[in-house]
Amino acid sequence: MNLTGLLSREWRALVRNRGAVLNPMAFLFLAVMLFAVGSPVSDNETARYGGAMLWLIVLLTNMLSLDSLFRRDFDNGVLEQVLSTAQAPFMVVLIRVLVQWLGTGLLITLLAPLLCLLLGLPSEAIFTSMLALLLGTPALSLLGAVGAAMTVGFSRGGILLGLLVLPLFLPVLVFGASAINQAVLHMDATAPLAWLAFISMLALSVGPLAATLGLKISLQLQ
Amino acid sequence: MGGHGLYVWLAYGATALVLVGNAYAVRRARVRQLQRLQWGERLQAETQDSQTE
Amino acid sequence: MGLKEFWHKLGSPRWFYQISLPWVVGFGLAALVLLAVGFVWALAFAPPDYQQGNSFRIMYVHVPAAMAAQSLYIGMGVAGFVLFVWRMKLADVFITACLPFGMLLTALALFSGGVWGRPTWGTWWEWDGRTVSTLVLLFLYIGIYALREAIVDTELRGRASALVAMVGTINIPVIKYSVEWWHTLHQPASFTLTEKPSMPPEMWLPLLVMVIGMYCFAAHNVLSRMRMEIIERESGTQWVRALVSGQRAAG
Repeated sequence: MNLTGLLSREWRALVRNRGAVLNPMAFLFLAVMLFAVGSPVSDNETARYGGAMLWLIVLLTNMLSLDSLFRRDFDNGVLEQVLSTAQAPFMVVLIRVLVQWLGTGLLITLLAPLLCLLLGLPSEAIFTSMLALLLGTPALSLLGAVGAAMTVGFSRGGILLGLLVLPLFLPVLVFGASAINQAVLHMDATAPLAWLAFISMLALSVGPLAATLGLKISLQLQ
Repeated sequence: MGGHGLYVWLAYGATALVLVGNAYAVRRARVRQLQRLQWGERLQAETQDSQTE
Repeated sequence: MGLKEFWHKLGSPRWFYQISLPWVVGFGLAALVLLAVGFVWALAFAPPDYQQGNSFRIMYVHVPAAMAAQSLYIGMGVAGFVLFVWRMKLADVFITACLPFGMLLTALALFSGGVWGRPTWGTWWEWDGRTVSTLVLLFLYIGIYALREAIVDTELRGRASALVAMVGTINIPVIKYSVEWWHTLHQPASFTLTEKPSMPPEMWLPLLVMVIGMYCFAAHNVLSRMRMEIIERESGTQWVRALVSGQRAAG
Protein backbone atom coordinates (compact mmCIF):
# COMPACT_ATOMS: atom_id res chain seq x y z
CA MET A 1 0.00 0.00 0.00
CA ASN A 2 1.95 2.94 -1.29
CA LEU A 3 0.27 5.94 0.31
CA THR A 4 2.61 8.59 -0.98
CA GLY A 5 2.39 7.13 -4.47
CA LEU A 6 -1.38 7.26 -4.26
CA LEU A 7 -1.31 10.79 -2.97
CA SER A 8 1.07 12.06 -5.64
CA ARG A 9 -0.98 10.37 -8.35
CA GLU A 10 -4.19 12.02 -7.15
CA TRP A 11 -2.41 15.34 -6.80
CA ARG A 12 -1.10 15.15 -10.34
CA ALA A 13 -4.59 14.28 -11.56
CA LEU A 14 -5.92 17.35 -9.81
CA VAL A 15 -3.26 19.57 -11.30
CA ARG A 16 -3.86 18.17 -14.78
CA ASN A 17 -7.58 18.72 -14.40
CA ARG A 18 -7.37 22.26 -13.06
CA GLY A 19 -10.85 23.10 -14.22
CA ALA A 20 -12.30 20.89 -11.54
CA VAL A 21 -10.83 23.25 -8.96
CA LEU A 22 -11.05 26.56 -10.76
CA ASN A 23 -14.67 26.26 -11.83
CA PRO A 24 -16.04 25.88 -8.29
CA MET A 25 -13.73 28.65 -7.13
CA ALA A 26 -14.98 30.93 -9.87
CA PHE A 27 -18.50 30.15 -8.73
CA LEU A 28 -17.50 30.96 -5.17
CA PHE A 29 -16.31 34.42 -6.04
CA LEU A 30 -19.19 35.08 -8.39
CA ALA A 31 -21.68 34.16 -5.70
CA VAL A 32 -19.92 36.29 -3.12
CA MET A 33 -19.81 39.24 -5.50
CA LEU A 34 -23.47 38.83 -6.31
CA PHE A 35 -24.34 38.86 -2.65
CA ALA A 36 -22.14 41.85 -1.92
CA VAL A 37 -23.51 43.89 -4.79
CA GLY A 38 -27.08 42.71 -4.84
CA SER A 39 -27.79 42.55 -1.15
CA PRO A 40 -30.10 45.33 -0.03
CA VAL A 41 -28.97 45.26 3.57
CA SER A 42 -26.92 48.09 4.92
CA ASP A 43 -23.28 47.75 5.86
CA ASN A 44 -23.70 47.16 9.53
CA GLU A 45 -26.43 44.63 8.90
CA THR A 46 -24.48 42.45 6.49
CA ALA A 47 -22.47 41.25 9.44
CA ARG A 48 -25.56 39.44 10.70
CA TYR A 49 -26.11 37.49 7.50
CA GLY A 50 -22.55 37.24 6.30
CA GLY A 51 -21.80 34.08 8.23
CA ALA A 52 -24.77 32.20 6.88
CA MET A 53 -24.16 33.47 3.35
CA LEU A 54 -20.54 32.46 3.45
CA TRP A 55 -21.40 28.95 4.52
CA LEU A 56 -24.23 28.67 2.04
CA ILE A 57 -21.91 29.63 -0.79
CA VAL A 58 -19.24 27.24 0.48
CA LEU A 59 -21.82 24.45 0.51
CA LEU A 60 -22.87 25.11 -3.07
CA THR A 61 -19.26 25.38 -4.19
CA ASN A 62 -18.58 22.03 -2.64
CA MET A 63 -21.55 20.44 -4.38
CA LEU A 64 -20.24 21.72 -7.69
CA SER A 65 -16.86 20.26 -7.00
CA LEU A 66 -18.24 16.94 -5.80
CA ASP A 67 -20.20 16.29 -8.93
CA SER A 68 -17.00 15.56 -10.83
CA LEU A 69 -15.26 13.73 -8.01
CA PHE A 70 -15.74 10.24 -9.39
CA ARG A 71 -17.47 10.84 -12.68
CA ARG A 72 -14.50 10.84 -15.01
CA ASP A 73 -12.98 7.67 -13.68
CA PHE A 74 -16.39 6.08 -13.56
CA ASP A 75 -16.99 6.78 -17.22
CA ASN A 76 -13.60 5.64 -18.49
CA GLY A 77 -13.54 2.44 -16.48
CA VAL A 78 -10.58 3.37 -14.30
CA LEU A 79 -12.70 3.38 -11.16
CA GLU A 80 -13.92 -0.13 -11.69
CA GLN A 81 -10.39 -1.33 -12.25
CA VAL A 82 -9.00 0.43 -9.21
CA LEU A 83 -11.73 -0.71 -6.85
CA SER A 84 -11.47 -4.31 -7.86
CA THR A 85 -7.70 -4.54 -7.79
CA ALA A 86 -6.72 -2.26 -4.93
CA GLN A 87 -5.73 -3.79 -1.63
CA ALA A 88 -7.67 -1.20 0.30
CA PRO A 89 -10.18 0.61 -1.94
CA PHE A 90 -11.23 2.56 1.11
CA MET A 91 -7.81 4.25 1.16
CA VAL A 92 -8.04 5.18 -2.49
CA VAL A 93 -11.34 6.92 -1.85
CA LEU A 94 -9.98 8.63 1.26
CA ILE A 95 -6.96 9.99 -0.59
CA ARG A 96 -9.12 11.25 -3.40
CA VAL A 97 -11.42 13.03 -0.97
CA LEU A 98 -8.37 14.50 0.78
CA VAL A 99 -7.08 15.92 -2.46
CA GLN A 100 -10.54 17.26 -3.31
CA TRP A 101 -10.58 18.99 0.06
CA LEU A 102 -7.20 20.53 -0.60
CA GLY A 103 -8.65 22.03 -3.75
CA THR A 104 -11.83 23.28 -2.14
CA GLY A 105 -12.10 23.40 1.65
CA LEU A 106 -8.50 24.27 2.37
CA LEU A 107 -8.36 26.77 -0.44
CA ILE A 108 -11.51 28.45 0.82
CA THR A 109 -10.11 28.54 4.35
CA LEU A 110 -7.01 30.33 3.11
CA LEU A 111 -9.12 32.77 1.15
CA ALA A 112 -11.39 33.40 4.14
CA PRO A 113 -10.04 36.85 5.06
CA LEU A 114 -10.78 38.07 1.54
CA LEU A 115 -14.21 36.45 1.55
CA CYS A 116 -15.08 37.96 4.91
CA LEU A 117 -14.13 41.36 3.62
CA LEU A 118 -16.27 40.97 0.53
CA LEU A 119 -19.23 39.74 2.54
CA GLY A 120 -19.10 42.62 4.94
CA LEU A 121 -18.02 40.65 7.95
CA PRO A 122 -16.03 42.55 10.60
CA SER A 123 -12.36 41.78 11.05
CA GLU A 124 -12.99 40.29 14.50
CA ALA A 125 -14.78 37.43 12.78
CA ILE A 126 -11.96 36.52 10.43
CA PHE A 127 -10.03 34.23 12.74
CA THR A 128 -13.15 32.36 13.84
CA SER A 129 -14.31 32.10 10.23
CA MET A 130 -11.04 30.53 9.20
CA LEU A 131 -11.19 28.12 12.08
CA ALA A 132 -14.79 27.24 11.36
CA LEU A 133 -14.03 26.62 7.71
CA LEU A 134 -10.98 24.57 8.55
CA LEU A 135 -12.97 22.40 10.94
CA GLY A 136 -16.16 22.21 8.90
CA THR A 137 -15.12 21.80 5.28
CA PRO A 138 -13.60 18.33 5.75
CA ALA A 139 -17.07 17.14 6.75
CA LEU A 140 -18.45 18.62 3.55
CA SER A 141 -15.91 16.82 1.41
CA LEU A 142 -16.23 13.51 3.25
CA LEU A 143 -20.01 13.42 3.43
CA GLY A 144 -20.35 14.86 -0.04
CA ALA A 145 -18.25 12.02 -1.37
CA VAL A 146 -20.95 9.61 -0.21
CA GLY A 147 -23.54 11.45 -2.26
CA ALA A 148 -21.19 11.66 -5.21
CA ALA A 149 -20.53 7.93 -5.01
CA MET A 150 -24.24 7.10 -4.98
CA THR A 151 -25.11 9.32 -7.93
CA VAL A 152 -22.12 8.94 -10.21
CA GLY A 153 -24.00 6.47 -12.39
CA PHE A 154 -26.91 8.74 -13.17
CA SER A 155 -26.76 11.15 -16.07
CA ARG A 156 -28.92 13.71 -14.30
CA GLY A 157 -27.29 12.95 -11.00
CA GLY A 158 -26.79 16.57 -10.05
CA ILE A 159 -30.20 17.07 -8.51
CA LEU A 160 -30.12 13.75 -6.75
CA LEU A 161 -26.68 14.54 -5.40
CA GLY A 162 -27.93 17.80 -3.93
CA LEU A 163 -30.94 16.09 -2.41
CA LEU A 164 -28.91 13.33 -0.78
CA VAL A 165 -26.19 15.60 0.44
CA LEU A 166 -28.28 18.50 1.73
CA PRO A 167 -29.42 16.83 4.96
CA LEU A 168 -25.85 15.87 5.72
CA PHE A 169 -24.54 19.37 5.05
CA LEU A 170 -27.15 21.21 7.03
CA PRO A 171 -25.66 20.69 10.52
CA VAL A 172 -22.34 21.99 9.20
CA LEU A 173 -24.07 25.05 7.79
CA VAL A 174 -25.91 25.63 11.02
CA PHE A 175 -22.93 25.35 13.33
CA GLY A 176 -20.60 27.08 10.94
CA ALA A 177 -22.86 30.08 10.55
CA SER A 178 -23.45 30.11 14.28
CA ALA A 179 -19.73 30.20 14.97
CA ILE A 180 -19.25 33.21 12.75
CA ASN A 181 -22.27 34.95 14.22
CA GLN A 182 -20.94 34.45 17.73
CA ALA A 183 -17.65 35.98 16.69
CA VAL A 184 -19.39 38.93 15.12
CA LEU A 185 -21.22 39.52 18.39
CA HIS A 186 -17.92 39.27 20.29
CA MET A 187 -19.13 36.13 22.01
CA ASP A 188 -17.40 32.84 22.59
CA ALA A 189 -17.66 30.54 19.60
CA THR A 190 -16.10 27.45 21.15
CA ALA A 191 -19.29 25.40 21.26
CA PRO A 192 -20.20 25.53 17.56
CA LEU A 193 -16.53 25.08 16.64
CA ALA A 194 -16.37 21.97 18.78
CA TRP A 195 -19.49 20.67 17.06
CA LEU A 196 -17.87 21.26 13.66
CA ALA A 197 -14.82 19.31 14.74
CA PHE A 198 -17.03 16.50 16.03
CA ILE A 199 -19.02 16.31 12.81
CA SER A 200 -15.84 16.20 10.75
CA MET A 201 -14.52 13.39 12.92
CA LEU A 202 -17.75 11.50 12.47
CA ALA A 203 -17.61 12.14 8.74
CA LEU A 204 -14.07 10.82 8.64
CA SER A 205 -15.05 7.56 10.27
CA VAL A 206 -18.20 7.00 8.21
CA GLY A 207 -17.68 8.84 4.95
CA PRO A 208 -14.95 6.95 3.09
CA LEU A 209 -16.43 3.59 3.98
CA ALA A 210 -19.92 4.59 2.88
CA ALA A 211 -18.53 6.18 -0.28
CA THR A 212 -16.65 3.01 -1.18
CA LEU A 213 -19.78 0.93 -0.71
CA GLY A 214 -21.74 3.46 -2.74
CA LEU A 215 -19.24 3.27 -5.58
CA LYS A 216 -19.50 -0.50 -5.65
CA ILE A 217 -23.27 -0.23 -5.92
CA SER A 218 -23.06 2.40 -8.62
CA LEU A 219 -20.64 0.29 -10.62
CA GLN A 220 -23.05 -2.63 -10.52
CA LEU A 221 -25.79 -0.42 -11.87
CA GLN A 222 -24.01 0.14 -15.13
CA MET B 1 -61.30 28.01 22.58
CA GLY B 2 -59.74 31.32 23.39
CA GLY B 3 -59.23 32.36 19.78
CA HIS B 4 -56.80 29.57 19.03
CA GLY B 5 -59.56 27.29 17.90
CA LEU B 6 -58.79 27.50 14.21
CA TYR B 7 -55.21 26.42 14.70
CA VAL B 8 -56.06 23.55 16.98
CA TRP B 9 -58.64 22.22 14.56
CA LEU B 10 -56.25 22.68 11.64
CA ALA B 11 -53.63 20.58 13.34
CA TYR B 12 -55.98 17.89 14.57
CA GLY B 13 -57.79 17.82 11.27
CA ALA B 14 -54.58 17.36 9.34
CA THR B 15 -53.57 14.57 11.68
CA ALA B 16 -56.89 12.81 11.34
CA LEU B 17 -56.67 13.20 7.57
CA VAL B 18 -53.18 11.71 7.47
CA LEU B 19 -54.11 8.76 9.65
CA VAL B 20 -57.45 7.91 8.10
CA GLY B 21 -56.21 8.69 4.61
CA ASN B 22 -53.22 6.43 5.01
CA ALA B 23 -55.24 3.55 6.41
CA TYR B 24 -57.69 3.93 3.57
CA ALA B 25 -54.96 4.13 0.95
CA VAL B 26 -53.36 0.94 2.19
CA ARG B 27 -56.69 -0.86 2.24
CA ARG B 28 -57.52 0.24 -1.28
CA ALA B 29 -54.09 -0.70 -2.62
CA ARG B 30 -54.45 -4.11 -1.03
CA VAL B 31 -57.82 -4.71 -2.68
CA ARG B 32 -56.47 -3.49 -6.01
CA GLN B 33 -53.46 -5.74 -5.74
CA LEU B 34 -55.61 -8.75 -4.99
CA GLN B 35 -57.89 -7.94 -7.90
CA ARG B 36 -54.95 -7.55 -10.24
CA LEU B 37 -53.41 -10.84 -9.21
CA GLN B 38 -56.73 -12.66 -9.36
CA TRP B 39 -57.30 -11.35 -12.84
CA GLY B 40 -53.89 -12.62 -13.82
CA GLU B 41 -54.69 -16.01 -12.34
CA ARG B 42 -57.97 -16.22 -14.18
CA LEU B 43 -56.34 -15.29 -17.47
CA GLN B 44 -53.75 -17.98 -16.96
CA ALA B 45 -56.36 -20.58 -16.06
CA GLU B 46 -58.41 -19.71 -19.13
CA THR B 47 -55.46 -19.94 -21.50
CA GLN B 48 -54.58 -23.29 -19.98
CA ASP B 49 -58.13 -24.48 -20.37
CA SER B 50 -58.24 -23.42 -24.00
CA GLN B 51 -54.91 -25.16 -24.59
CA THR B 52 -56.07 -28.46 -23.13
CA GLU B 53 -59.27 -28.43 -25.10
CA MET C 1 -38.44 -20.39 19.74
CA GLY C 2 -35.01 -18.94 20.37
CA LEU C 3 -33.69 -15.67 18.99
CA LYS C 4 -31.40 -17.39 16.54
CA GLU C 5 -34.25 -19.45 15.15
CA PHE C 6 -36.39 -16.34 14.87
CA TRP C 7 -33.66 -14.56 12.96
CA HIS C 8 -33.36 -17.50 10.61
CA LYS C 9 -37.08 -17.59 10.04
CA LEU C 10 -37.03 -13.93 9.03
CA GLY C 11 -35.26 -15.04 5.89
CA SER C 12 -38.55 -16.38 4.66
CA PRO C 13 -41.02 -13.74 3.49
CA ARG C 14 -43.73 -16.37 3.43
CA TRP C 15 -43.30 -17.18 7.08
CA PHE C 16 -43.39 -13.50 7.94
CA TYR C 17 -46.54 -13.02 5.91
CA GLN C 18 -48.27 -15.78 7.82
CA ILE C 19 -47.29 -14.76 11.31
CA SER C 20 -47.81 -11.05 10.81
CA LEU C 21 -51.58 -11.18 10.38
CA PRO C 22 -52.53 -11.21 14.09
CA TRP C 23 -50.03 -8.45 14.70
CA VAL C 24 -51.50 -6.26 12.00
CA VAL C 25 -54.95 -6.71 13.44
CA GLY C 26 -53.74 -6.23 17.00
CA PHE C 27 -51.82 -3.06 16.31
CA GLY C 28 -54.69 -1.73 14.24
CA LEU C 29 -57.20 -2.19 17.01
CA ALA C 30 -54.85 -0.81 19.64
CA ALA C 31 -54.19 2.22 17.48
CA LEU C 32 -57.87 2.81 16.93
CA VAL C 33 -58.68 2.69 20.62
CA LEU C 34 -55.67 4.65 21.83
CA LEU C 35 -55.93 7.36 19.21
CA ALA C 36 -59.67 7.77 19.67
CA VAL C 37 -59.24 8.07 23.42
CA GLY C 38 -56.21 10.28 22.99
CA PHE C 39 -57.91 12.66 20.58
CA VAL C 40 -60.88 13.17 22.84
CA TRP C 41 -58.74 13.46 25.96
CA ALA C 42 -56.39 15.94 24.37
CA LEU C 43 -59.09 18.08 22.86
CA ALA C 44 -61.62 18.11 25.66
CA PHE C 45 -60.23 17.03 28.97
CA ALA C 46 -56.59 17.99 29.20
CA PRO C 47 -56.11 21.31 30.97
CA PRO C 48 -55.03 24.30 28.88
CA ASP C 49 -51.51 25.53 29.42
CA TYR C 50 -51.00 28.47 31.76
CA GLN C 51 -49.08 30.47 29.20
CA GLN C 52 -50.16 29.13 25.85
CA GLY C 53 -53.84 28.53 26.37
CA ASN C 54 -55.52 26.08 24.06
CA SER C 55 -52.99 26.11 21.25
CA PHE C 56 -50.93 23.97 23.56
CA ARG C 57 -53.21 21.07 22.63
CA ILE C 58 -51.50 20.89 19.27
CA MET C 59 -48.59 19.37 21.10
CA TYR C 60 -50.64 16.20 21.44
CA VAL C 61 -50.48 15.60 17.70
CA HIS C 62 -47.23 17.34 16.88
CA VAL C 63 -45.02 15.43 19.32
CA PRO C 64 -46.31 11.93 18.46
CA ALA C 65 -45.97 12.68 14.75
CA ALA C 66 -42.42 13.96 15.14
CA MET C 67 -41.38 11.09 17.38
CA ALA C 68 -42.85 8.42 15.13
CA ALA C 69 -41.39 10.02 12.01
CA GLN C 70 -37.95 9.97 13.54
CA SER C 71 -38.31 6.44 14.89
CA LEU C 72 -39.39 5.16 11.50
CA TYR C 73 -36.31 6.60 9.88
CA ILE C 74 -34.05 5.11 12.53
CA GLY C 75 -35.88 1.84 11.93
CA MET C 76 -34.97 2.15 8.27
CA GLY C 77 -31.37 2.78 9.20
CA VAL C 78 -31.26 -0.31 11.38
CA ALA C 79 -32.95 -2.33 8.63
CA GLY C 80 -30.33 -1.00 6.26
CA PHE C 81 -27.63 -2.34 8.49
CA VAL C 82 -29.36 -5.70 8.65
CA LEU C 83 -29.61 -5.74 4.88
CA PHE C 84 -25.93 -5.08 4.42
CA VAL C 85 -24.69 -7.52 7.01
CA TRP C 86 -27.15 -10.39 6.69
CA ARG C 87 -28.52 -9.75 3.20
CA MET C 88 -32.04 -10.21 4.54
CA LYS C 89 -34.65 -9.49 1.88
CA LEU C 90 -37.23 -8.66 4.51
CA ALA C 91 -35.12 -5.68 5.57
CA ASP C 92 -35.63 -4.07 2.19
CA VAL C 93 -39.34 -4.88 2.39
CA PHE C 94 -39.36 -3.07 5.73
CA ILE C 95 -37.65 -0.01 4.31
CA THR C 96 -40.12 0.09 1.41
CA ALA C 97 -42.98 -0.08 3.87
CA CYS C 98 -41.73 2.65 6.20
CA LEU C 99 -41.10 5.24 3.53
CA PRO C 100 -44.57 6.56 2.62
CA PHE C 101 -45.94 6.90 6.12
CA GLY C 102 -42.66 8.25 7.46
CA MET C 103 -42.61 11.02 4.89
CA LEU C 104 -46.21 11.89 5.59
CA LEU C 105 -45.63 12.01 9.34
CA THR C 106 -42.63 14.28 8.94
CA ALA C 107 -44.66 16.65 6.80
CA LEU C 108 -47.40 16.51 9.40
CA ALA C 109 -44.92 17.29 12.16
CA LEU C 110 -43.70 20.32 10.25
CA PHE C 111 -47.23 21.48 9.48
CA SER C 112 -48.52 21.03 13.01
CA GLY C 113 -45.40 22.68 14.37
CA GLY C 114 -46.05 25.71 12.23
CA VAL C 115 -49.69 25.78 13.16
CA TRP C 116 -48.67 25.58 16.81
CA GLY C 117 -46.13 28.32 16.44
CA ARG C 118 -48.36 30.88 14.78
CA PRO C 119 -50.73 31.64 17.66
CA THR C 120 -48.24 30.80 20.38
CA TRP C 121 -45.05 32.53 19.37
CA GLY C 122 -46.26 34.60 16.44
CA THR C 123 -44.39 32.83 13.67
CA TRP C 124 -45.23 29.99 11.32
CA TRP C 125 -41.60 29.13 11.04
CA GLU C 126 -38.41 29.82 12.92
CA TRP C 127 -34.96 28.53 12.07
CA ASP C 128 -33.83 26.76 15.18
CA GLY C 129 -32.39 23.36 16.06
CA ARG C 130 -35.65 21.45 16.27
CA THR C 131 -37.33 22.87 13.18
CA VAL C 132 -34.17 22.47 11.15
CA SER C 133 -33.74 18.90 12.27
CA THR C 134 -37.32 18.02 11.32
CA LEU C 135 -36.85 19.67 7.94
CA VAL C 136 -33.63 17.72 7.51
CA LEU C 137 -35.53 14.54 8.35
CA LEU C 138 -37.97 15.33 5.55
CA PHE C 139 -35.10 15.73 3.12
CA LEU C 140 -33.60 12.49 4.33
CA TYR C 141 -36.85 10.75 3.48
CA ILE C 142 -37.19 12.47 0.14
CA GLY C 143 -33.62 11.56 -0.72
CA ILE C 144 -34.27 7.87 -0.24
CA TYR C 145 -37.52 8.16 -2.16
CA ALA C 146 -35.83 9.87 -5.12
CA LEU C 147 -33.02 7.35 -5.12
CA ARG C 148 -35.45 4.45 -5.18
CA GLU C 149 -37.30 6.01 -8.08
CA ALA C 150 -34.05 6.15 -10.04
CA ILE C 151 -32.93 2.55 -9.57
CA VAL C 152 -34.93 -0.25 -11.12
CA ASP C 153 -33.04 -3.36 -10.04
CA THR C 154 -34.57 -4.52 -6.76
CA GLU C 155 -31.45 -5.74 -5.05
CA LEU C 156 -29.29 -2.76 -5.92
CA ARG C 157 -32.11 -0.39 -5.06
CA GLY C 158 -32.34 -2.06 -1.69
CA ARG C 159 -28.64 -1.73 -1.01
CA ALA C 160 -28.53 1.88 -2.14
CA SER C 161 -31.49 2.81 0.08
CA ALA C 162 -29.96 0.91 2.96
CA LEU C 163 -26.71 2.81 2.63
CA VAL C 164 -28.39 6.20 2.51
CA ALA C 165 -30.67 5.28 5.41
CA MET C 166 -27.68 4.26 7.53
CA VAL C 167 -25.72 7.42 6.86
CA GLY C 168 -28.81 9.51 7.44
CA THR C 169 -29.54 7.78 10.73
CA ILE C 170 -26.11 8.71 12.07
CA ASN C 171 -27.01 12.30 11.25
CA ILE C 172 -30.06 12.23 13.48
CA PRO C 173 -28.39 12.23 16.92
CA VAL C 174 -26.09 15.02 15.80
CA ILE C 175 -29.08 17.13 15.08
CA LYS C 176 -30.91 15.99 18.18
CA TYR C 177 -28.27 17.25 20.55
CA SER C 178 -28.11 20.55 18.79
CA VAL C 179 -31.35 21.39 20.58
CA GLU C 180 -29.79 21.04 24.01
CA TRP C 181 -27.10 23.43 23.00
CA TRP C 182 -29.07 25.84 20.91
CA HIS C 183 -30.64 28.68 22.89
CA THR C 184 -33.62 29.46 20.77
CA LEU C 185 -37.30 29.79 20.36
CA HIS C 186 -38.09 26.12 20.45
CA GLN C 187 -39.01 24.80 23.86
CA PRO C 188 -36.76 22.14 25.35
CA ALA C 189 -37.85 18.54 24.91
CA SER C 190 -40.79 18.06 27.20
CA PHE C 191 -41.01 14.33 26.88
CA THR C 192 -38.19 11.84 27.00
CA LEU C 193 -38.27 8.20 27.89
CA THR C 194 -35.88 8.33 30.80
CA GLU C 195 -36.23 11.75 32.30
CA LYS C 196 -39.08 12.91 34.42
CA PRO C 197 -41.26 15.22 32.37
CA SER C 198 -41.68 18.73 33.56
CA MET C 199 -45.42 18.55 33.04
CA PRO C 200 -48.02 17.38 35.54
CA PRO C 201 -49.60 13.98 34.89
CA GLU C 202 -52.89 15.48 33.69
CA MET C 203 -50.85 16.87 30.84
CA TRP C 204 -48.44 14.11 29.94
CA LEU C 205 -50.78 11.16 30.32
CA PRO C 206 -52.83 12.02 27.24
CA LEU C 207 -49.54 12.64 25.46
CA LEU C 208 -48.36 9.17 26.38
CA VAL C 209 -51.60 7.71 25.07
CA MET C 210 -51.25 9.62 21.82
CA VAL C 211 -47.63 8.62 21.38
CA ILE C 212 -48.28 4.95 21.95
CA GLY C 213 -51.36 5.15 19.75
CA MET C 214 -49.34 6.74 16.97
CA TYR C 215 -46.65 4.10 17.25
CA CYS C 216 -49.27 1.37 17.11
CA PHE C 217 -50.73 2.94 14.02
CA ALA C 218 -47.30 3.16 12.45
CA ALA C 219 -46.66 -0.49 13.24
CA HIS C 220 -50.03 -1.45 11.74
CA ASN C 221 -49.30 0.61 8.64
CA VAL C 222 -45.78 -0.71 8.17
CA LEU C 223 -46.80 -4.33 8.67
CA SER C 224 -49.70 -3.96 6.25
CA ARG C 225 -47.46 -2.46 3.62
CA MET C 226 -44.85 -5.12 4.22
CA ARG C 227 -47.43 -7.82 3.61
CA MET C 228 -48.50 -6.15 0.38
CA GLU C 229 -44.91 -5.80 -0.74
CA ILE C 230 -44.24 -9.46 -0.01
CA ILE C 231 -47.22 -10.51 -2.10
CA GLU C 232 -46.01 -8.26 -4.88
CA ARG C 233 -42.48 -9.59 -4.87
CA GLU C 234 -43.49 -13.22 -4.54
CA SER C 235 -46.45 -12.98 -6.91
CA GLY C 236 -45.10 -15.70 -9.17
CA THR C 237 -44.63 -18.27 -6.46
CA GLN C 238 -46.90 -21.17 -5.71
CA TRP C 239 -47.96 -20.11 -2.26
CA VAL C 240 -49.03 -16.65 -3.38
CA ARG C 241 -50.92 -17.98 -6.34
CA ALA C 242 -52.70 -20.45 -4.12
CA LEU C 243 -53.51 -17.66 -1.70
CA VAL C 244 -54.88 -15.45 -4.44
CA SER C 245 -56.95 -18.25 -5.96
CA GLY C 246 -58.23 -19.29 -2.57
CA GLN C 247 -59.40 -15.78 -1.88
CA ARG C 248 -61.11 -15.61 -5.21
CA ALA C 249 -62.91 -18.87 -4.58
CA ALA C 250 -63.99 -17.63 -1.19
CA GLY C 251 -65.07 -14.09 -2.18
